[in-house]
Amino acid sequence: MRRRPSAFFWVLVVLLTLLVILPLLWMVITSIKTVGESQADPPTLIPEDPSGRAFGEVLTTGGQNPVLRWALNSFAAAALHAALVVVVASMAGYALARMQFRFKNFIFSFILLTLFIPGFVFLMPNYLLMDNLAWLDTLWALVIPGAAGAFGVFFMRQFFLAIPKELEEVALIDGANSWTIFTRIILPNAKPALATLTVLSFLANWNDFVWPLFVLFSPERLTLPAGLSLLQGAYTTDYPVIMAGATVAAVPVLILYVFVQRYVIEGVARSGIKG
Amino acid sequence: MRRHGRATPYLFLAPYLLLFLLFVVGPAIFGLWMSLHDWDFQLPGKPFVGLQNYQDLFDPLSATAEPFWHGMRATGIFTVASVPFLVAVPLGLAVLLNRKFPGRTFFRAVYFAPYVLGVAVIGLMFRYILDTTFGILNAFLGVFGIPQIGWTTEQPWAFVALVAVTVWWTAGFNAIIYLAGLQDIPAEQYEAAELDGASTWQQFRHVTLPGLRPVSVFIVVITLLASANMFGQALLITQGGPGDTTKTALMVITETGFSQFRMGQAAAMSYLLALCLAIVALVCFRLMKERES
Repeated sequence: MRRRPSAFFWVLVVLLTLLVILPLLWMVITSIKTVGESQADPPTLIPEDPSGRAFGEVLTTGGQNPVLRWALNSFAAAALHAALVVVVASMAGYALARMQFRFKNFIFSFILLTLFIPGFVFLMPNYLLMDNLAWLDTLWALVIPGAAGAFGVFFMRQFFLAIPKELEEVALIDGANSWTIFTRIILPNAKPALATLTVLSFLANWNDFVWPLFVLFSPERLTLPAGLSLLQGAYTTDYPVIMAGATVAAVPVLILYVFVQRYVIEGVARSGIKG
Repeated sequence: MRRHGRATPYLFLAPYLLLFLLFVVGPAIFGLWMSLHDWDFQLPGKPFVGLQNYQDLFDPLSATAEPFWHGMRATGIFTVASVPFLVAVPLGLAVLLNRKFPGRTFFRAVYFAPYVLGVAVIGLMFRYILDTTFGILNAFLGVFGIPQIGWTTEQPWAFVALVAVTVWWTAGFNAIIYLAGLQDIPAEQYEAAELDGASTWQQFRHVTLPGLRPVSVFIVVITLLASANMFGQALLITQGGPGDTTKTALMVITETGFSQFRMGQAAAMSYLLALCLAIVALVCFRLMKERES
């Protein structure tokens, strides 16, 4: 057996924890300061005159910077995107894992290969495609193209490969067809993987920055990340407002993360295996 | 033995394949075609120009070559400076988290937490923390008598800051992948090494590192991909500055395509960057394979 962790070990663990938490704490502290105090030298650790002004500024609807509206847009896009990914990726992953057909290996290898093409290659052509579909500045541009990514299919296939074949065979004897087997037997047994893929897709979409920055224009249609960069430009030195905007974007994901961290971490861990 | 209809697998695949053809395969080919045309978003005619867009990038007299190679340099410096840290720091974190100690699951979740925040939050937050005059980092360093550092306005500090922020943001992600790799190394190997009298360091060197090699290759490849895509941190923290030293290739590509409407040229830049990236990834892959044998 290995030795018990030493004092040095605990110091390191705690220091790293502080390193993660302190910047976030500083963001929240700054958001309730006054503009003058946020630029104080040396900085004050505890706000002398705490106020909710910055949150009032970013949370009032209407105006140039409707942060609440951005949050709703982000939520709608991320939720629809995650739902779409889970449906198409689980169907495709199931076929690739458990069915026999011509070109199966070729199709799978080809899909997998695109996982290693950097995203910027698709930026210009997909932008023009959005233009042709009249999807620029709409929710569809955020929801649909991203669902073509290979990760979900790869992830679900790996999971389905590990489900015991006996489950399907029992149903086959009962005369069930493929769709029934998939929806009644396979999917209920894949709940952890489906939950993981849902959470990972939701987070990726919620946090996406480059794509929404260029396909959205109207202030009321932006997502939080795209809106935040606008906020930084509009309130150059009003740091409490900028930090309040960042806090509003960070808190929902952090709360979500507290509840689903197991799925997120297991999903990431599994993505590396057989990579 | 076939247990399903001939068409069934294709029906299951159809929804995904439709998206895949429309938004991945199609655009990849269309982008190549665009790069061979003078594709100005605003002009009706988009004449075929052959390899002109690519040749322009190698012609010092053209207007696009200089910004493009400056962008390539910024992305290159960032990649070379960040990848070693993004490979080594997470390995240390994973070794730390692989020990059995109370609260391990909690600390694992904490170290991963920054990754769930998007680059926009990270960028705004660190832009303020790193501010030269009223940033808390300089105030903290000032306690030890260190003079103000222009983290966002001076070189090499701007690159130091961008690398450090990126490590802060994504180290937990790579660490979790390493951790899964560590847990795949059979405990017997450590026991055998211990019986042979191997020290902790020797165990790390001769059991842990070789056992992690497949995972390491994967991590190096995805980290290279992420570094080549570097955009948000530089846009929000250094605004490409000082000068254009941290204006990355992707920033130049988007500016060419979306601000100057020269999408054919931007597509050519994308493909050239992708080609460079593929070469670098292949070289890394070969080097890691060689060390294995």
